[in-house]
Amino acid sequence: MVVGSLRQETEVAIIGGGPGGYVAALRAADLGKEVTLIEERERLGGVCLLEGCIPSKAMISLVEMASAAREAAKAGLTFDNLRIDPDALREWTESVVDGLTRGIDGLLKRRGVEVIQGRAKFDGSRSLILENSDTAGIDFRECIIATGSRIDELPLGYDLPVWSSVEALQIPEVPERLLVIGGGYIGLEMGLVYAGLGSKVTMVEFLPRLMAGADPDLTDVVVKNCKKKFEAIMVESNVLAVEQASSGFAVTIEHQGETKKEEFDQVLVAIGRKPNTDKLGLETVGITPDDDGLIEVTPEGRTSASNIFAIGDVTAGPPLAHKAIREAKVVAEVIAGKPSAFDNQAIPAVVFTDPELAWVGLTEREAALRGTKINVGRFPLAALGRARTMGRTDGLVKIISDPESNLVLGVGMVGAHASELIAEGTLALEMGATLEDLMVTIHPHPTLSEAIMEATEVAAGSAVHVQAEKG
Amino acid sequence: MYEFKLPDLGEGVHEGEILKWHVTAGAAIQEDDPLVDVETDKAAITIPSPRTGTIVSVTGNVGDTILVGDVVVVIDDGTKSDMVTASVAQDAEVSRVEVLSSTQAVARDTKPNGDGRSLVAATPAASWGRVVAAPATRRLAREMRIDIQLVPPTGPGGRVTPEDVKRFTDQPDTPSGIIEPDTAVEEPQEPAEVERAAPSSHAIPFLDLEPLPDFTQWGPVEKEPLRSIRRKVAHKMVTSMVLVPHVAHMDEVDVTALEELRRGEKERRAGQPGGKMTLLSFVIKTVTAGLKTAPVFNASLDPFGEEIIYKKFYNIGVAADTERGLVVPVIRDTDEKSILQVSAEIEEAAAKAREGTLSVEDLRGGTFTITNIGPLGGTGMIPTINYPEVAILAMGRVQEKPVVVDGEIVVRKMLPLTLAFDHRIADGAEAARFVSDIVRRLSDPNALLIET
Repeated sequence: MVVGSLRQETEVAIIGGGPGGYVAALRAADLGKEVTLIEERERLGGVCLLEGCIPSKAMISLVEMASAAREAAKAGLTFDNLRIDPDALREWTESVVDGLTRGIDGLLKRRGVEVIQGRAKFDGSRSLILENSDTAGIDFRECIIATGSRIDELPLGYDLPVWSSVEALQIPEVPERLLVIGGGYIGLEMGLVYAGLGSKVTMVEFLPRLMAGADPDLTDVVVKNCKKKFEAIMVESNVLAVEQASSGFAVTIEHQGETKKEEFDQVLVAIGRKPNTDKLGLETVGITPDDDGLIEVTPEGRTSASNIFAIGDVTAGPPLAHKAIREAKVVAEVIAGKPSAFDNQAIPAVVFTDPELAWVGLTEREAALRGTKINVGRFPLAALGRARTMGRTDGLVKIISDPESNLVLGVGMVGAHASELIAEGTLALEMGATLEDLMVTIHPHPTLSEAIMEATEVAAGSAVHVQAEKG
Repeated sequence: MYEFKLPDLGEGVHEGEILKWHVTAGAAIQEDDPLVDVETDKAAITIPSPRTGTIVSVTGNVGDTILVGDVVVVIDDGTKSDMVTASVAQDAEVSRVEVLSSTQAVARDTKPNGDGRSLVAATPAASWGRVVAAPATRRLAREMRIDIQLVPPTGPGGRVTPEDVKRFTDQPDTPSGIIEPDTAVEEPQEPAEVERAAPSSHAIPFLDLEPLPDFTQWGPVEKEPLRSIRRKVAHKMVTSMVLVPHVAHMDEVDVTALEELRRGEKERRAGQPGGKMTLLSFVIKTVTAGLKTAPVFNASLDPFGEEIIYKKFYNIGVAADTERGLVVPVIRDTDEKSILQVSAEIEEAAAKAREGTLSVEDLRGGTFTITNIGPLGGTGMIPTINYPEVAILAMGRVQEKPVVVDGEIVVRKMLPLTLAFDHRIADGAEAARFVSDIVRRLSDPNALLIET
C-alpha cells in the first residue's frame, strides 16, 4: 500500500487545509516557521471552498442575476428566452472552485509550505501518525488543529439517497418538487437557488421562525420573498419519517400538531454541522472536547496541551470561515512569539438570501433576553435614492446603541448588498465607535451605504430624511 | 497583432510580480489558456490569454514587477495592430481575470449552516463586559503587557485610547494591571538562552524577506533543519543586530610582560585548580575593574520602560565553542574573586561545556561578554553584542610583532582587542577610556596587581 513510509520533522504541523488551516500555514511561513500542512482530501480549500461558501455563492449569483433580469422588465429591459442551463452552471461553478484551489496551492508552494495528503492522528504530544498517506508520521514542535466540521445527518432516512448541501451544490438534477429540511441559512440559500432553477420548494423548520438567530424585523423581509418563491413554508414542523416512494420520497411531516404525508422528488437536509474532533486521537494528548465536540482554547488559541492549538469550527463560536481565518492569523503569530490574541469584539453573520441578510454584534432579540437597555434606529431602504434607482427598495438598516454612552452595540440589515455593507458595522464595533462617529462620517451619495448613516441619525434623534421614532 | 496590457486587478492593486510564465515567444496559444501567473499583495492570479494566436514577445522575467497598463505579451492573432480594438477588448478582459485565491474573497463569505449552532454565539458582551478600544490599542496594551480592562478610559463613549494605555504604565500604584509574560512556546531549558526577547517587532522599511531561490537548479544541496542552539543563536543575533546600533572600538595591548608573568605562574601551578592560568582570566579581572569605573558597559537599556538599568554585580560571560554550538557560560561575581579563582572557574565551565552538562543557571545572568577567538586564528574580529548586555570584548590572537618602543623597533607580544558597544547608551569617548584602561592594565602587570 504505502511505499517507503517515512517519518518527517517540522516546526509547525497544521491538520486541515480549509480556510483556517491554509491561512495559518501562510502566516506562519511568512513569520519564518517551517510549516507542514496535512489535508485528507486531494484538494485544499476545505468545506468553504469545495462544498460550501464559494460554490454556493457562484450559484446564487447566477440565480439572482436571472431574477434581476426578470425584474428589470419594469424598467424596460426584456429578454425573450431567459433560461439557466444547469449543466453550464455546474461547470462554471467547478471552474471557479478549481481556480481558487489552484491559487491556494500556488501560495503555499511559494512560501515553502509542505502539503501532505493523509489523515492525521496524534500519537504523542509532539507527533502525529498519518493514514492513507505516503508519509508515516510527522514530529512537530507546535500543532494547529484546523479540521473543521461536517454536515450533521438527519437520523431518519439515513440510508436513503437524500441530499445534503454537498450533493445539492453539484446540481445532479433539478427536482420538480424539492423538500428542504431546515430553515437556517443553508436551507434558505439552497432553497432559493433551486426555486430559481425551477424547483417547487417546500421548507420545513422545527422552530417557530426561519433564521431563528436573527431579529424578526430583518428575517420578515426575506421570508416575504421566500413565500413568493417557495411552494410552502412550514414552521413548527417536525419530519417524522422519510421513505423511498415510486417518484422519489414520501415524507411524513408533523406540522403544528397535524401529521401529513407528502411526496417529493428530492429531499435536502440542512440541519447543522458538527466539529471533526472525534477521530484525531485527542485523548493521547490530554485534550477532551466538550459535549458538542468542541475544543476549549485560550484567547491565544492554545488548547490544554500547551504546544497544540485549535482554530475554526472545532472551537466554540459560529462555524464560519471568516472566524477561522482570523483565528488562524492569531495562532500563527502566537507561535512566532508575537503578542497576539483573538480579542475580536464581533463576528459578522451573513446570509446570501434574496435580499441578503447580515448582522453583527448585539441583536434586539438578545438584548431582550438579557434585559439590556438599548436604543434602536431603523431606516427603510425605500427612503433611499440609490435603492429606488436599483429597483431594490426591499429592506432596512438598523443601528442598536447603548442609550447611556451612545456606543454602537449592534448593526443589522436586510437588503441588496447587505453582505458587503455589514463590514462598516463590524469596523464600528471593533473600533468602539459611537453614533456620532458613524453619523459624521461622510457616506458617498447616492449609495446604499447612506442607509447606515441615516439609521444612525435616527438612533441619535437627528434624522433629516425620516421623522424620528419616539419611544 | 494584439498587445495585451496588464488589466486592472481590482481592490486597489496597481502592480504585480511575475511568478511564472506559461508561454514563451513563438508558442501557439488558445484563448483562455493560462498566460502568466502574477502575485499581488492580495492574491495570486493566473491571467488567461485573451486571444488565440502566436506569442510574439513576452515582457519581463520571473520576479519582475509589472504595472497595470504595461504590455504583458504581444500576440499575433492575424489582425492588424489596432489600438481602438485593443483597448476595447482590454476592458472586456478585466472581467476575465480570474482571481485564483484571495483571502478577502473567502473571508467575505459564510458557510452553509442550519440551526445546529448559533450564528451569534460570539456576539460581544455589550458595554458591560466589552473592551471598548480599537484593535490597534488592544494590541498596544498586549505589547506593553497591560490588562486593558483595567485602563481608565478617556475617549468618547468610554473608549480606551492609546494615550490612556501609555498613561497607565506611568502610574506606580497599578502593578496588578501588568500581565506576566505568556508561557514561552519554546522550552526554557534549552542552553544559550539568556532572556526571551521582548515581543515587539515593527515593520522595517525596505526589509523584505523573500523566499530563497531553488538552489537545486544550480547543483545538489542538502538541507538541515535549524534546531536548538543554532536556532536560539539565530534569534539572539538578529535581535541584537537589528535592535542595537553597534559601534566597534579597536586597540592593541603589549602583553609581553604579562605573558612572561603568566607563563611563569602557569609552570609553577601546573596541575592545581586554576593552574592553566589562561590569558582570559587576566582579561576578565581587568575588564571587571574597568566596568566599575565605566558602569554603562555593565548596564542594560529597557526600551519599553525607557530606563537604563545599571547592574551592581559583575558576571562575565565567556563565549565557548562546543560540539553543540555556541554557548556562553557565566563566571559570577568576578569582582570578588582572584585571578586564580577565575581561572579555576573557567576550567570548570570549559569542562562542563565539553561534556554538555552546563545547566541553564550556568548560562544566565551575564552582564558583559568576552569572546576569545584568538587561539583559533585571525588578527581581529567585530563581535555582536550579547543582547540585552551593552558591550562585548573580542580578543584576537597574541602575536609577536615589530613595534616601536622609545624610537626603536622591537619584537613584542601584541593582543588585539575589539570592544563592540551599544551606541544608544554609550558613546565613543567612554568606550575609548574604558578600553584604554584595559590596555594600560594588561600591559603593566603591576597596575593589574595594584588596581584590580
